[in-house]
Amino acid sequence: MLEATVNLTGQSVADTGRTADVLPVDISDLVFEAGGKRLIDGLTLQLAAGPRTIIMGPNGAGKSLLLRLLHGMIAPTSGDIRWCGMPLSEDIRKRQAMVFQSPVLLRRSVAANVDFVLKLRGKDSATRRLEILDHVGLSGHADQAARLLSGGEQQRLALARALALDPEVLFLDEPTVSLDPASVQMIEDIIQAAHRRGTKIIFVTHDIGQAKRLADEIVFVHRGRVLEQTPASRFFDAPDSEQARDYLAGRIIL
Amino acid sequence: MQDFGESFRLAFALVLSADGDLIEIIGLSLRVSLSAMLISCAIGLPLGASVAISRFPGRSAVMVLLNALMGLPPVVVGLLVYLMLSNAGPFGWLQILYSPAAMIIAQSILITPIIAALSRQVIEDLHNEYAEQFRSLCVPSHVAIGALLWDARYSLLTVALAGFGRAVAEVGAVIIVGGNINHLTRVMTTAIALETSKGDLALALALGLVLMIIALCVNGAVMTLRSTAVKYAYA
Amino acid sequence: MFERTPLTIGLAALMFLATHAMPVQAGETSIILQSTTSTANSGLYDYILPIFKKKTGIQVHVVAVGTGQAIKNAKNGDGDVLLVHAKSAEEKFVAEGFGVKRFDVMYNDFIIVGPPIDPAKIGGMRDALAAFGKIAEAKAVFASRGDNSGTYKKEMSLWKAAGLDPAKASGKWYRETGSGMGATLNVGVGMGAYVMTDRGTWISFKNKAGLKILVEGGDKLFNQYGVILVNPKMHAKVKTHEGQAFIDWIIGEEGQKAIAGYKLGGQQLFFPNAQPGS
Repeated sequence: MLEATVNLTGQSVADTGRTADVLPVDISDLVFEAGGKRLIDGLTLQLAAGPRTIIMGPNGAGKSLLLRLLHGMIAPTSGDIRWCGMPLSEDIRKRQAMVFQSPVLLRRSVAANVDFVLKLRGKDSATRRLEILDHVGLSGHADQAARLLSGGEQQRLALARALALDPEVLFLDEPTVSLDPASVQMIEDIIQAAHRRGTKIIFVTHDIGQAKRLADEIVFVHRGRVLEQTPASRFFDAPDSEQARDYLAGRIIL
Repeated sequence: MQDFGESFRLAFALVLSADGDLIEIIGLSLRVSLSAMLISCAIGLPLGASVAISRFPGRSAVMVLLNALMGLPPVVVGLLVYLMLSNAGPFGWLQILYSPAAMIIAQSILITPIIAALSRQVIEDLHNEYAEQFRSLCVPSHVAIGALLWDARYSLLTVALAGFGRAVAEVGAVIIVGGNINHLTRVMTTAIALETSKGDLALALALGLVLMIIALCVNGAVMTLRSTAVKYAYA
Repeated sequence: MFERTPLTIGLAALMFLATHAMPVQAGETSIILQSTTSTANSGLYDYILPIFKKKTGIQVHVVAVGTGQAIKNAKNGDGDVLLVHAKSAEEKFVAEGFGVKRFDVMYNDFIIVGPPIDPAKIGGMRDALAAFGKIAEAKAVFASRGDNSGTYKKEMSLWKAAGLDPAKASGKWYRETGSGMGATLNVGVGMGAYVMTDRGTWISFKNKAGLKILVEGGDKLFNQYGVILVNPKMHAKVKTHEGQAFIDWIIGEEGQKAIAGYKLGGQQLFFPNAQPGS
């Protein structure tokens, strides 16, 4: 089962339905400070349409912050983020979606959670809702209260909601932490399917196995800077940086 | 004091007899205070939610003001509304002084700050939870306010109840703008005040007990509704 | 579906208001009578107004407040007819143009009630001024309305006539409640204080526990009620026709008979004394 997933790694955008118009994204000299601390420290990076990008790095490296800055959840202190040459706008933000570590679901039914975002984008339709719920394996739970779902189901619903927006870029911030293997598998399958449809995947994880299964390229972040951006095929055997080597070997890095 | 035993006996006798005047007074009390509650919710809930989700200079001043207004003395509200609606006042042409409409206006002014201040708290708590997700989805504020109000509806019921409780229990405002006119603007509290001033303390207390029974019923009904909701984890 | 909660609630509220809370039903004529707690609490209006309504079809809505507030409300135009008991204030009201004309309607009398142990020894006296003198001398607790009502104005004039200024003892033996007649009687009951009250309120008052009539009957204790139509020249909204109809009735033969007919426990509370043909 896992092999099938790993096999996808080399194919990258083989059966892509469309390409993301907002990519590539160019990040230059990005700085973010909070509470007098420089958490993102002159980060520069380019991400192209296509490859599944996995962001890795030790705790506090700034991975989640980078995701939030890219998604426009917070504003950088200085530096520049350009999507296909354009600064981040409401229009570009609407072509992105994000799944958080712990899903925030509305206090409504499963169906109503999906309807909420469909309506938000003016795509309200029962067929579409059913299609999406079916896609994430929740069509049998449509009328159930979202908050009564299991952890894995909740995250799949969050994913369904993100995909309902038909995003060109999908940010995932450690979405499978503390889920059981079966749930992780299902979520990864859904992400792979989204990728095949042409959605750019930008995924933060600590799970090296998950990174191996999903990644086309690895961005290794340490102390608010990008230490390396390496194709997955090379990274796990021979990373460029010493810190990444230590990280993969399970050593504490400072 | 034999008044207590006498009052309980009278209260039960009153309720059981379903006295026409009493029914009329209870009906008017409910009509006026429920209407005031609905109007206050229509104004206070969106107001509280707007303050809850927005950040603007002077926001804390607005919050302090709302909290302070929660303690508005009913008699002051009554006086202000009287001055507005009096024939000598700017809204005298409406000709609604000494009418249930005037009482509804006074009670609405009295409890709107309560609804707004309490709902702000409820909505802010929920918004802390939803904010990141909403920001990610580019949810416009008016949609966010609607969604927050809807999702917090069972908690907001308690807020509405707090407003209703204050409205139905106050006497200072309605007695000034309503005039405690028999068969027109007499409600439970003004009837209690009247019976007290007539020295009929037992009847006054009995009416008070009836008022408490009504409050208990309303609260009980809402709590039942809420616990059903909790069971389905919507709350 | 129900997403627009505030709007839904707002509409519901408006519909509720529109259908339920409109002041007076169309087709019914009504007037507002600004009057005193002493008359309203006695039950007089509950007795005579149905008789008036039966004859004329006019509904009289009584707002019962202190005389001072009643006059103030009438000055604001918030009433059609004024029926109070403070003759000089009423005459001033007319002289200032707020009222059309003042008519005597009825009278009763004031009494002084107090605890049976009667610390100032005024029981059985008829002279109110002398009684007030003894209360002041004994520094016996006295509860006063202290509220600009007709009763309070009367009380003040009596203290003044007795050459006393109870305000100096305010908060000591002289206690101003700032409340209505009934509320002040309740205070008197609670404190075992002397209280000056109109007889109508006293007879209909149900919480007499521990108080009894000590002074009554003297000519100083006379309590005259007057009725005035609010001047339509000051406030165009005044219902002149209906208001005048009420005044004509109450100072006329039928109204006067109705007043005399109101009894509580066999006692007549008010004595009609309108001058015929005035």
